Amino acid sequence: MHELSIVLGIVDIAASTVQKANAHKVDRIELEIGELAGIETDALLFAWDTAIKNTVLARAKRDIHYVPGKARCLDCGELFDMHQLYDPCPKCNNYLNEIIQGRELKVKALTVS
Amino acid sequence: MCSTCGCNQPADAVTITRIGGGIHSHAPFSALQYHLLVEEHNHNGHSHQPVTIELEQDILQKNNLLAQRNRGYFEAKRILALNLVSSPGSGKTALLERTINDLKQVMPIAVIEGDQQTTHDADRIAQTGAPVVQINTGKGCHLDSDMVLKAVRQLDPPNDSLLMIENVGNLVCPALFDLGEGGRVVIISVTEGDDKPIKYPDMFFSANLCIINKIDLLPYVPFDVEKAKSYALQVNPQLRFFEVSALHGQGMDKWYDWLKTQFAHFRDYQHIH
Ligand SMILES: Nc1nc2c(ncn2[C@@H]2O[C@H](COP(=O)(O)OP(=O)(O)OP(=O)(O)O)[C@@H](O)[C@H]2O)c(=O)[nH]1
Ligand SMILES: [Mg+2]
Ligand SMILES: [Zn+2]
Ligand SMILES: [Zn+2]
Ligand SMILES: [Zn+2]
Ligand SMILES: [Zn+2]
Repeated sequence: MHELSIVLGIVDIAASTVQKANAHKVDRIELEIGELAGIETDALLFAWDTAIKNTVLARAKRDIHYVPGKARCLDCGELFDMHQLYDPCPKCNNYLNEIIQGRELKVKALTVS
Repeated sequence: MCSTCGCNQPADAVTITRIGGGIHSHAPFSALQYHLLVEEHNHNGHSHQPVTIELEQDILQKNNLLAQRNRGYFEAKRILALNLVSSPGSGKTALLERTINDLKQVMPIAVIEGDQQTTHDADRIAQTGAPVVQINTGKGCHLDSDMVLKAVRQLDPPNDSLLMIENVGNLVCPALFDLGEGGRVVIISVTEGDDKPIKYPDMFFSANLCIINKIDLLPYVPFDVEKAKSYALQVNPQLRFFEVSALHGQGMDKWYDWLKTQFAHFRDYQHIH
């Protein structure tokens, strides 16, 4: 699963941030993961422990903010909660929707020391 | 959870091989190595106050930046790059073999093959006479923009050509990784079940075109083509479809027309439809 490459990407970002800050390690990492980002949280957590061994993240506290999916119907303008990419507009059953949020995949903040 | 899927492999695990050219290189696979090499400065007894850095950084940023670099290169050389994605065995290589044989007089076609192991697919492509580079990802389950950058350097496709990038057979992982392609083609075969598009929505969401392959087998398998299309359209209302048999050639003409049209359009406008 690509979740492992995602975690390795996070470790990369953490390592270069620690280096730039002239610090040693990450104490806390805040992630933002959208409901529609294409990431399986269980798989991510599973990959996490293996991937962070011997890295600056080894002892970091991890906070994950989940961002719920929201979309706007391009037909009737309804704003609705989207849990799957194939959810239609609940009002007019249209599938042509603009995703407003839920695709996020970010390192929001790092506490380093 | 796919336990075979590991990116934390030794540095030389990704290999890129030019078929026929005798060039073979190991792509430095930065990830884990780099993490372990972060230097600890000498902190003779001193300690650091915790500092919080609001980063707001996209985790895929590194891949996306290199993908944009590839895209710029493709645009400058008017190379239409297509990223072909599917489950293992849907017929990506078969589709390429027939397409190259039928179109090689019409447009120059070069190929990048992505598989975990072996050069089997690149060897098949080499039989058609098309220039081809094989990327072996080792345990990696998708191509990324860095691998494609290195493969393109070896391949050096000519200006005004079509570049086909066959991704690792996997309907999940490649969806998130932009390679810098001009368009993404998802292939499903009729032996896979018509509900694939909503089981694996991310791939259909990000595709420009969907090819339904192995239609010669329709009499033998329960696969409702219209149902598959309507599922795919739920995920991506703009998706277009061609139904083909890469093995026997049915339906290929419409795909060729699409390719020729997009090829010409890309040359003039650097985008496809
Ligand atoms: N009946 C039939 N078989 C096909 C068709 N296209 C491909 N095949 C067969 O399906 C098998 C897999 O085809 P490939 O072209 O290797 O599939 P692929 O998507 O490249 O596979 P990977 O690279 O392993 O992911 C081969 O045995 C092909 O001969 C088709 O249109 N009809
Ligand atoms: Mg293949
Ligand atoms: Zn994977
Ligand atoms: Zn609506
Ligand atoms: Zn120090
Ligand atoms: Zn146009």
